[in-house]
Amino acid sequence: MSDNPVFKAIQEEIDNNNVVLFMKGNAKFPQCGFSALVVSVLQKLDVNFKDINVLLDPELREGIKQFSDWPTIPQLYVNGEFIGGCDIVKEMYEEGELQELLKAEA
Amino acid sequence: MPLEKNILQNLIKDAFPDADIKIVDLAGDNDHWSVEVESEAFEGQTRIKQHKMVYEALQGKMGGELHAMQLKTKVKN
Repeated sequence: MSDNPVFKAIQEEIDNNNVVLFMKGNAKFPQCGFSALVVSVLQKLDVNFKDINVLLDPELREGIKQFSDWPTIPQLYVNGEFIGGCDIVKEMYEEGELQELLKAEA
Repeated sequence: MPLEKNILQNLIKDAFPDADIKIVDLAGDNDHWSVEVESEAFEGQTRIKQHKMVYEALQGKMGGELHAMQLKTKVKN
């Protein structure tokens, strides 16, 4: 990992918050269908999560893609671990895996 | 930026020669895709790894020319 200050900031967020969603817009007003979907899944599961709007900070928007080695937003982190984007979260939710994961990490 | 369907298909086919590939243009604009890839190459890989393998096949287009792509990967039996 480089000394990129954005990486440090990202690491702090995922260290200090159990569930973190890097998204476009915020949980109240998502600005992208994929981000909105992940928000609705988390809300359905009644999960406490921190939403981080990457549109507010172009360096964060780029940085999170490098940090996770993942090319798109949204990105869900649980307990400091990258879980995936919208497709993966949706699939895990449909198969019950997401619920299991959140229960285990709670 | 849009991408032609056959280019998308060929990129995936090249990386996963055994794969069953299903591509749907969701918005009719060559820019919002639903892609399903079923390949033996995904055996034993996490979902994240499977998706990354597909992103790699797209040679950096994901996030750039490829604006929105729903991806579903499956292990081929």
